[in-house]
Amino acid sequence: MNEQELGILSEIARQIRIMIIQMIGRSASGHPGGSLSAVEILTWLYFREMNVDPQNPALPGRDRFVLSKGHAAPVLYATLAQRGFFPAELLLTLRQADSRLQGHPHRLDTPGVEASTGSLGQGLSMAAGMALGLRLSQNPARVYALIGDGESQEGQIWEAAMTAGFRQLAGLCVFLDYNDLQIDGRVSDIKDIRPLREKWESFRWRVHEIDGHDFGEIAAALTEFRRENEKPTLIVARTVKGKGVSFMENNVNFHGQAPNAQEVATALAELNHGR
Amino acid sequence: MAVESLRGAYGKTLLKLGRENPDLVVLDADLAKSTQTQFFAKEFAGRFIDMGLSEQDMISTAAGIALTGKTVFASSFCVFLVGRVFDQIRQSVCYNRANVKLVGTHAGLGVGEDGATHQSLEDIALARVLPEIRVIVPADAVETALAVEYAAATPGPFFIRLTRNNLQTFFDSGHQFVMGRAPLLRDGSDLTLVAMGAMVEKAMQAAEILAAVGISAAVINFSSLKPMDEEILLRFAGKTGRILTIEDHSVHGGLGSACAEFLSQQHPVRMKIMGMDNQFGRSGKPDDLYAHFKLTAADIAAAGKEMLSRP
Repeated sequence: MNEQELGILSEIARQIRIMIIQMIGRSASGHPGGSLSAVEILTWLYFREMNVDPQNPALPGRDRFVLSKGHAAPVLYATLAQRGFFPAELLLTLRQADSRLQGHPHRLDTPGVEASTGSLGQGLSMAAGMALGLRLSQNPARVYALIGDGESQEGQIWEAAMTAGFRQLAGLCVFLDYNDLQIDGRVSDIKDIRPLREKWESFRWRVHEIDGHDFGEIAAALTEFRRENEKPTLIVARTVKGKGVSFMENNVNFHGQAPNAQEVATALAELNHGR
Repeated sequence: MAVESLRGAYGKTLLKLGRENPDLVVLDADLAKSTQTQFFAKEFAGRFIDMGLSEQDMISTAAGIALTGKTVFASSFCVFLVGRVFDQIRQSVCYNRANVKLVGTHAGLGVGEDGATHQSLEDIALARVLPEIRVIVPADAVETALAVEYAAATPGPFFIRLTRNNLQTFFDSGHQFVMGRAPLLRDGSDLTLVAMGAMVEKAMQAAEILAAVGISAAVINFSSLKPMDEEILLRFAGKTGRILTIEDHSVHGGLGSACAEFLSQQHPVRMKIMGMDNQFGRSGKPDDLYAHFKLTAADIAAAGKEMLSRP
């Protein structure tokens, strides 16, 4: 990846981070940590990988994205706005009573949202269902999903993993946002989900392990995914919860807690300084 | 008196619909031989997906397939299709307004010998509280076929509750199913029996018993449970002043509750709700269980008499 391309993508990611802080700050509730950890993944998906048309969000041939870890709604909303699915002003209405931006994604409220998610584990099954439905229609569109590491403690994740592996859903690509933090502490302390590669490979998935903040590694893994024609793909993306805001990084308190006014100002100053 | 399998009618109707609609997809969770999705499975192997024993995954997968433009039926026993996966129905199906039709078989005590673990007595209560979903409890094979056809042709979530056992056929092939309309099976002036599913034939027998002692009981087949037929309830509450509901289900949250919620606000009348009261079922032959839990035609008639004996 050349410097210019990296510069373009980094700037989009920076703008998305600013929007995340602004929208959660304004609503005074929401999940910053797990939104910030997935910024590069969503940036690459919506700006380089997926075939989507913001002017025609329901085109049959579009690629689909399912945010299975629905609490990261702010990163999805900010990315959709940045990509042009709806005006960025809408972001500042997040979680308000008359807003089209629900606390967790709601398909029927927000353009570009493919599935309502929030109760963990269900999004992966829905994504696999989309891949099955598209294959039945001989529609070559691909399905992408983002699951959490804490979410991987849900039994339904493994039911869906078994289905997708057994059914050879090669058009399904799942990112695991592996920041190792969940509400009550470290994932590895509460119910460790490792080993990941061995688990998913034994469920008949192709597994790649990358730095989830490195656009080059994201791109390379997705190139492998598009070449795959037998197995669904899991990309274990090692990430930093709260990435990009120093006092939020690896701080479990910012899983589901909004920054106060001072913290918003500090965060925005950092993000603007990083320009 | 002809008796027919509701499950069989479901299986045959699915097969017919599968031939008409290439976008119909059917899911099951290792019970295709019992739910009778097997006929569809045999002819349309590509559009039938046996999810194995993964009911949670089945419901959310059904929603995902539906979101690509398909009409998806998903089946299992009611106890596994609703209670076990309530949250998946709520979030994946209803909140997405996904075009998923849940058809549960083996409802209620009628399951018989398998006992309490397999006797779903809560599914109506669970389904009924959810937005978006429509709930149908057919009384016979004809109504089952019509309800399945209606659900397939109508976008959005449905739950259809079927029995394991064959039931008496009330309707002929000219019958028309209308969502939100409850067919009157027998007119009457002293008392109204409102029944669903396997209890409809028992209510009809009870009306005969009551007629023999000079009591005129109307019988309504309340198959369209949500949306429900408010008009017929109002009319018969006004006409007979007594409503007796009977269900092979808990008395909390089911048919009786639905009627009471409406009538208590619109036209309060004397009511009695028959069903399972805060208890699990048990193993036994279905008729022995209905006797054990006092849900026979004679029990219904006795309850009707009791209602009439009071001013």
